[in-house]
Amino acid sequence: MRRAPQVSFLADGRRLHLQDGPIDLIIEASGNEADVRRAYSAAARRFTGLLDKLCDELPLLRQRANPAHCALRGKVARRMHDAVRPFAADCFITPMAAVAGAVAEEILSAITDNSRLARAYVNNGGDIALHLTGAEQFTVGLAERPDAPGLLQTMTIRADDRTRGVATSGRHGRSFSLGIADAVTVLAQTAAQADAAATIVANAVDLPGHPAIVRCPACDLQPDSDLGALLVTRDVGELSGREIDEALQGGVASARKLLAAGLIEGAALRLQGEMIVVGPKKIEPFGFRAPLRGPAAEGAIHA
Amino acid sequence: MLNESTAADDKIRCDACPVMCYIKPGAAGACDRYANQNGQLVRVDPHILLERTVSQGGRLVPFQATGDWDGKIVHEANIVVTAIGAGTTYPDYKPAPFIVSSKIDGVDMVTVVTEGIFSYCGVKVKIDTDRYLGPETATVRAQGEAIGHVTTSEYGSQMLSLGGVHHLTGGSKKEGRVTCDALMDLSNCKAVDLTIDGGANVVVQAGCPPIVNGLVEERMRVGCGSATIGMFAKQWHGKVDEVVVVDDHITGVLSEHQAGKLLDIPDTGIKMKGRRSTPGRYFQVAEPGTGWGGTRISDPLSVLGPFDAKKARPGMTMLMVSTTGEHAAFYELDEALRPVERELPVDLRASVERIQENCEPALCTVLFMGGAGGSLRAGVTDNPVRLTRSVKDALTRVTSGGAPVYVWPGGGITFMVDVTRLPAGAFGYVPTPALVAPIEFTLRLSDYAALGGHMDHVRPLASLKENIEKLQMFSPSAASSGVRT
Repeated sequence: MRRAPQVSFLADGRRLHLQDGPIDLIIEASGNEADVRRAYSAAARRFTGLLDKLCDELPLLRQRANPAHCALRGKVARRMHDAVRPFAADCFITPMAAVAGAVAEEILSAITDNSRLARAYVNNGGDIALHLTGAEQFTVGLAERPDAPGLLQTMTIRADDRTRGVATSGRHGRSFSLGIADAVTVLAQTAAQADAAATIVANAVDLPGHPAIVRCPACDLQPDSDLGALLVTRDVGELSGREIDEALQGGVASARKLLAAGLIEGAALRLQGEMIVVGPKKIEPFGFRAPLRGPAAEGAIHA
Repeated sequence: MLNESTAADDKIRCDACPVMCYIKPGAAGACDRYANQNGQLVRVDPHILLERTVSQGGRLVPFQATGDWDGKIVHEANIVVTAIGAGTTYPDYKPAPFIVSSKIDGVDMVTVVTEGIFSYCGVKVKIDTDRYLGPETATVRAQGEAIGHVTTSEYGSQMLSLGGVHHLTGGSKKEGRVTCDALMDLSNCKAVDLTIDGGANVVVQAGCPPIVNGLVEERMRVGCGSATIGMFAKQWHGKVDEVVVVDDHITGVLSEHQAGKLLDIPDTGIKMKGRRSTPGRYFQVAEPGTGWGGTRISDPLSVLGPFDAKKARPGMTMLMVSTTGEHAAFYELDEALRPVERELPVDLRASVERIQENCEPALCTVLFMGGAGGSLRAGVTDNPVRLTRSVKDALTRVTSGGAPVYVWPGGGITFMVDVTRLPAGAFGYVPTPALVAPIEFTLRLSDYAALGGHMDHVRPLASLKENIEKLQMFSPSAASSGVRT
């Protein structure tokens, strides 16, 4: 029997909210009225049963991804595997690292398949799949921590950019992090790729063995976590400026590697009030925060 | 499915969705919607409807339901909608997340529920102590960063003014972040360690006694030294020749004081140091400090000069006591008219205990103060200034997390609220840095329409309740995490 997800519009009457279990999607499509209506009903249709299908393969999705072989059958599950595959040879990663992005991507493809939309997005708790045409653009706000509202900076993504996915990972989100970054936001060609890469870069922002960092086995917190007995970050005490920089540089090195490999389009790494941006994307200062120092000429800047 | 007898350390399997999370006690599932509370699966939606009948889970705040407000309050079946977790937009030009309409007694009521982002905010701290915390205007620091200053000394207490836009956004990034953290912790009734330049270290926690230089302040003084003389003169009459109540502010001397004169207590020839204000009342008998009565002395005799030989006589007795009764000593003049300490007689000990008994518990109180600026008001109405006028005209009632507030007269909507009256974890922050505080505006629907309210966004109360299957005040993080959009 299929379970019915919760389908409703947000108070503005324009954005669609789909919720099922741990998945919360905010969807907005623009185009002519009939297309938008068709897009929203396609989203609701595709979303129905999606979680059940994923959960059928949950035990396998929670295992370390095999870089050479994918035994998963579901479309979303395979999308998740594809997204983590480039990292699977070098480190422990499970397809779950890309679940949010892969779901967003799947719903976006469902709504763009049969509707002519000028632009659309599916936001799955900060992991966002984008659709852009013509002169349309998206302004994406960067928040320091996923559990607090408010914007730090914004990025503009245009139709002629390759970016169609944005994801944020860090130690404050719903899922655990092996690193200490407050937030790592990644732009990539798909939402699932962005999701997986954000996890990798956020894990690389770290100070192994630092006494101010509290870690504990993931399974002690969530008995069925895909991270098993791996130590996940619970708390990070006050770090000195030098330590913050050292930790961020670990993430920067990882992000630069992914950028060079064409796996991401850019990343913004944040730790205890410091931010480093990697990549060619123009990231604009927002509000009355201190402006960035000069253009991103050499690829990395400190704000 | 689950029963009360489940062992406290038991994991439970949530069957709300096919993910079927195993959830440990005190933890939430992958969705953050369901949690294991003492072996029971509970729903913990971030947006909170306070239902008084389940108030055991957390300290709830009664909505301000009395007074001359005849429009009734937005409540139905003991439910109050608060802004905690309502989320907000920044800048706040979009309609506030929840504009709730609830029909009571034929009058449609509107509560505009939002979490305001307050860059212009701070806390006013009242610390009940006579001890010297530091000079007025001295900088108050947290983690070494300047977050505010010492302001006036008030009755039995020292006021601090912390935060404000200069510390939040006017200084270094670290200063702003540390200030924001300190304000949020103080507002969420957590303990914050403060140091005062040229003064004391003090641990401040709303509703708890201050800890000054590592010592817990237990009592607030009964009154100033002069007031103490007035209150206890009759009880001392006939039991002792002279009483000095040592106080950094106003030291009282029984024989010279009006209260002593009325009892015909004779002169004792006592000579006080310091500056005489009126008979029996002395200022500045010693430097301020953390010793007797908020002075820095440990030997009370150091505030006295030699006794006048024309009036004093050997064998005269004197009680010296501080304004909290914490310090007391009894003396008898010897042949050379020098005070010699003797054991405190039983009846005088009783009067000292009486002073102690009349001292109220020393507490720290923290008032959050914030200004609702143009953008927040725009979330409520398309003509923001009308909201301000409506508040001033008392047509709109302002509350914070359901708690009553004091709205300052004058421009803007600047309010103060006692943080202990808000539910736990009501305050959050954004990296601007600024604090996120709940604020509710309650008014008649007709008045709301008249001031240009976002009528098309008004939602019936029932539409919120549908989303709330069961309320549990679960954890501060759940309460403050806001609605995910």
